[in-house]
Amino acid sequence: MSAQIAIVELGKEAIVPERAAAALTAKLGEAAKYAGAAASFTGTVRTAADEELTGMLLEHYPGMAEKQLRKIALRELDAYSLFGVGLWHRYGMLRPRDVIVYVHTVAPGRQAAFAACAAIVDYLKTDAPFWKKETGSFGERWVAPRAGEDRPRAAKR
Amino acid sequence: MKVQVLYFAALREQLGVECEEVELAESATAADLLKLLAERGNAWTAIQDGVGTRLAINQEFAEPEASLSDGDEVGLFPPVTGG
Repeated sequence: MSAQIAIVELGKEAIVPERAAAALTAKLGEAAKYAGAAASFTGTVRTAADEELTGMLLEHYPGMAEKQLRKIALRELDAYSLFGVGLWHRYGMLRPRDVIVYVHTVAPGRQAAFAACAAIVDYLKTDAPFWKKETGSFGERWVAPRAGEDRPRAAKR
Repeated sequence: MKVQVLYFAALREQLGVECEEVELAESATAADLLKLLAERGNAWTAIQDGVGTRLAINQEFAEPEASLSDGDEVGLFPPVTGG
């Protein structure tokens, strides 16, 4: 089996999914020919139907955020024997429709690609130190975690 | 011993503090630190385990029972909402 490739990036710059996926494919090089499946997830800043959102501040814990993103990506790369995994996450000020996170998995078959991608997104919700603050017609507010997503999950695994 | 405490998001805003150095007894646990901080009263009472404050020691999620060492970095924050 060929080497496994991981790209993990945390930055203030806009994420362009097509470019990110291409970067992972390029890094896979020759090994890409063994991959039968790729799956991806794009998380974007959304507005609720009954209000106006002007921006979202994504605060992170510098150092810990990079460390945990890397850990989440590498764990699933290994767990699902992927060929490649890419995880791009924004921080700072975002606007409506901006991409917050992009996950791309490349695997021998579809099941591993889908499952690993979903697992990474699930872990991002509970195990990556980011906090969203929305600004809009309602003023300013910190986003609350959804039920069941308010504690780190990695330890339970 | 001394630990470096960092506060994030809504918790940092409520407390009006970003980071500080806290002096603790040797062999103190994270729970001891939380208790010491909560005893400052007012907004600080928000710092109690199970009531919404999560913690990390040296950038790894931890539980209050975890013991601390001199020079540790302790992050205190509300439940995360990334992804």
